[in-house]
Amino acid sequence: MHEWTLLDAAKAVRDKEISSRELTRALLSRIERINPKINAYVTVLPEAAMREAAARDEEIARGIVRGPLHGVPVAIKDIFCTKGIRTTCASRILKDFDPPYDATVVERIRSAGAVLLGKQNMDEFAMGSSTEMSCFGPVLNPWATDRIPGGSSGGTAAAVAAGTCFAGVGTDTGGSIRQPASLCGVVGMKPTYGRVSRYGMIAFASSLDQGGPIARTVPDAAAVLSVIAGYDRRDSTSVDVPVPDYVAATERGVKGMRVGLPREYFAEGVDDSVRTAVTKALTSLISLGAEAVEISLPHTGYALSTYYIIAPAEASSNLARYDGVRYGYRAAGAKGLIEMMSRTRAEGFGEEVKRRVMIGTYALSAGYYDAYYGKAQKVRTLLRRDFNEAFDHVDVILTPTAPTPAFRVGEKVDDPLTMYLSDIYTIPANLAGIPGISVPCGMSPDGLPIGAQLLGKHFDEESLLAAAAVIEREIPLPRVAPLEG
Amino acid sequence: MAITREEVLHVARLARLSMSPAEADKMREQLDNILAYIRQLDRLDTADVVPTSHAVEMGTPFRDDSVHPFEEKEEILKNAPDREGDFFRVPRIIED
Amino acid sequence: MRDNQGMEFEAVIGLEVHAQLATESKIFCACPAAFGAPPNENTCPVCTGMPGVLPVLNRRVVEFAVRTALATSCKVREKSVLARKNYFYPDLPKAYQISQYEMPLAVSGHIDIEVEGETRRIGITRIHLEEDAGKLVHAGAFAGAQTSLADLNRCSVPLMEIVSEPDMRTPEEGGAYLRRLRDILVYLEVCDGNMEEGSFRCDANVSVRPKGQKEFGIRAELKNMNSFRNVEKALEYEIRRQTEVTLDGGTIVQETRLWDADAGVTVSMRGKEEAHDYRYFPDPDLLPIHVDQAWVEELEKTIPELPGEKVARLVSRYGIPRYDAELLSSSRRLADFFEASVAAFGGNPKVTANECIQWKDVVAAGKLSPETIAHVVEDRETGKVSATASRKLVELAIETGKPVRQLRDEKGLTQVSNARALEAIVDKVIACNPKEVESYRGGKAGLLSFFVGQVMKETRGKANPRVVQEVLKAKLG
Ligand SMILES: [Mg+2]
Ligand SMILES: [Zn+2]
Repeated sequence: MHEWTLLDAAKAVRDKEISSRELTRALLSRIERINPKINAYVTVLPEAAMREAAARDEEIARGIVRGPLHGVPVAIKDIFCTKGIRTTCASRILKDFDPPYDATVVERIRSAGAVLLGKQNMDEFAMGSSTEMSCFGPVLNPWATDRIPGGSSGGTAAAVAAGTCFAGVGTDTGGSIRQPASLCGVVGMKPTYGRVSRYGMIAFASSLDQGGPIARTVPDAAAVLSVIAGYDRRDSTSVDVPVPDYVAATERGVKGMRVGLPREYFAEGVDDSVRTAVTKALTSLISLGAEAVEISLPHTGYALSTYYIIAPAEASSNLARYDGVRYGYRAAGAKGLIEMMSRTRAEGFGEEVKRRVMIGTYALSAGYYDAYYGKAQKVRTLLRRDFNEAFDHVDVILTPTAPTPAFRVGEKVDDPLTMYLSDIYTIPANLAGIPGISVPCGMSPDGLPIGAQLLGKHFDEESLLAAAAVIEREIPLPRVAPLEG
Repeated sequence: MAITREEVLHVARLARLSMSPAEADKMREQLDNILAYIRQLDRLDTADVVPTSHAVEMGTPFRDDSVHPFEEKEEILKNAPDREGDFFRVPRIIED
Repeated sequence: MRDNQGMEFEAVIGLEVHAQLATESKIFCACPAAFGAPPNENTCPVCTGMPGVLPVLNRRVVEFAVRTALATSCKVREKSVLARKNYFYPDLPKAYQISQYEMPLAVSGHIDIEVEGETRRIGITRIHLEEDAGKLVHAGAFAGAQTSLADLNRCSVPLMEIVSEPDMRTPEEGGAYLRRLRDILVYLEVCDGNMEEGSFRCDANVSVRPKGQKEFGIRAELKNMNSFRNVEKALEYEIRRQTEVTLDGGTIVQETRLWDADAGVTVSMRGKEEAHDYRYFPDPDLLPIHVDQAWVEELEKTIPELPGEKVARLVSRYGIPRYDAELLSSSRRLADFFEASVAAFGGNPKVTANECIQWKDVVAAGKLSPETIAHVVEDRETGKVSATASRKLVELAIETGKPVRQLRDEKGLTQVSNARALEAIVDKVIACNPKEVESYRGGKAGLLSFFVGQVMKETRGKANPRVVQEVLKAKLG
């Protein structure tokens, strides 16, 4: 039953065809068998999950259905604070951190009735594109375990693809939901900035971070989004816009939809297999009544540079609180305060985090602010403008999610700049704050999944879900990785 | 304008990251590469462009001035690497 | 200040005030903002900087700052920005302070002060919002190592920073500016103005230059002055120090200096403070503060008569000396009390003012009614009670809560002002002191007070001394 869709599983529990305990037990045992092969979970909660499942079953017996995820086992990236459950961000500096509160996303999936199976592996503090930067070791791609799953929500994407949960919630700062979803052959959506509360989601780059669903089908992703979306007074950047019926939107079709194809995204550097698969996705949209429009997003080439100033700058400040004073790791035997803090941070953070903290600190420091951070903020305006102008002519934009299928473990670890290029197509959406989704649209000749990315207007997640659902229906692909076990 | 080793050490100190000379050299080289790439932004004329610091264009929301005490103080304090009673304990500041 | 070669120096002073806003809750979370709780009692995940938390701005904090801006003629920005000031310290949980930098809430205001009979206008550069930090207690040795203890109760308590222009030239002007500013904040009820408890704190920037020179000298920043008197003393000391260094051919260095109140000197912090690079940038967790015209107009209606306006009105309406009006206006409550006391029976404002000033602490404590003062003033004017007795009566009124007139009659504290009633006693005193009478009549006019004293003694202090004098003069010829 691990290959069921989330919506089917939810229906089966509601219809009392299966108990939440049976479902949960099945997935826990699959985790036990599969997880050692892919390292997708950092914390599994067998007792707590079974307790929750039993409580959900009891409610069902009394005719109570908490919400659309009632009794369904899901899991979340270990970046969301969970009260009483360690939350690590895959960092040594937070290895034993036990949050005093639940993130809003956690509250919402719980009140929708979901059963929490565990917390998923990730790149440390969400900084990475391969989930190799984790203090718990790398996550491996369930389709080919010599490959990376993408990142930073690689644990969540791999766990979903491996059938070890019905869906998960990840976070996306520069592509961290969409890129691993693409590389693992699952659906991942980064909603509009402000759509999903960031309260309790450990910050990487506050003006870019956004939580979103990873699932095996578009309607499943829509169901999870319906649960986690919505205004939260605890997050000042949360936007008070009503939450539509996202699941219904997946049935809308694409008749008359104008699909923009930005020429900058199909230039050199795109793997042939990716180009072929994305073209197939386009064909499927056109065959159902969509219209292709060639567009230009002229500043695309500057997005990566802009991102690698803004994200590290914000991160350098967000990660300054890990100083060994109130929680987390503290270096032993330091002589004074400054030494304690400096050694705590040097020993507690991994290489990639330190690199970005350094870039960010440098970009904000006296004498460099205008040349780096100030400049990047201005280019961010230009990138937003590109999208605004494009959306005068089109409803959605179609691009590859990543330039290549999953690369090999270790291939780019020592070459930060090349690693950063994996996010070249996903980063602009974060800078502009617009929603984006990655949906599987093909397989490479080596059997590696390929995703298509759809980008939309602010708060128009519905068009993305409608178009992604068409691609999903038109291009049938296996949903669960053929892992033995 | 390459970043110097002294700048790397200065930034590391600002960021409270202790760093050995070898680490500083490696860091210098990596930062230099990244910064060289980033500086492609210099090619854009942005003199008349207003900066974007938030993806959302609205005023900050307000909360009412009412007190709701957090009742589980121990849930915070129990995470302390070192404490004395209900204080967080830290090594003393040593002047250098 | 003048040196022995006749070169004259003047000081240039700018003041930065941090005022704690009198809100119930903190600026970005719902913890109590109150003083004096046990360590880390008033904390929550937000103000202790737990991973993942986010700030939400307290509306009243903005209202208080806007009202202050309006009361100091500042221009309130329609859009202002909250920024992060980054530095590491164990009392700063997020390792940044949320403050305002490039786009403060309000700019370009002023307040008028009175020094030696002259009005001076002191510019206000900016008013901005920020959060306070916690407290670090130095604990001594533990397990062989020196440790400090962090208490985060104060973290995120709302502060308003008010930065003046470098418009002051003397310590007296600095003191006058600070007092007036404090009074305004207290009038607005946005800050309790308590300097000793630290809810009203002041740092000073001071430099000296030869009189007539346009450019500013190199300035020192003074910290750690926790009373108005200490601010003035520290400024005096620092101006003298800088003048002497300059005259000795030395150079002033830009630095932070701490005022040592016990030694009466400022001490350099050089070497104890690393070069700061705060890496300010707009806080991505908080959107810009929008204050529209309608909100400003609404808040404008809540601004009471301010100390400066009140002083001018008290002087012109009641004809009292400016000095008295200033003292009365130091507290809204006292000034109101004074006006109510005058209104009660239309007594002499000058005498009423003196009484109000004399009893100002009791007034502040709310233990005195305007009627008490009005009755006492009236009785003194009509000669019914003496100055001594009136003081005693007020004390009794405070103690017992009874009306003063009832007390006056019960305790027999009425003064004898009837000349005829005093004649018999005067006659008796004259009869009993023939020698003194002879000397007086022989030209020793100074003996009059002796006779007055004798009569007062006979009446056990109840006689009106003025009347006694008149009767004595008439009888002694
Ligand atoms: Mg300040
Ligand atoms: Zn708090």
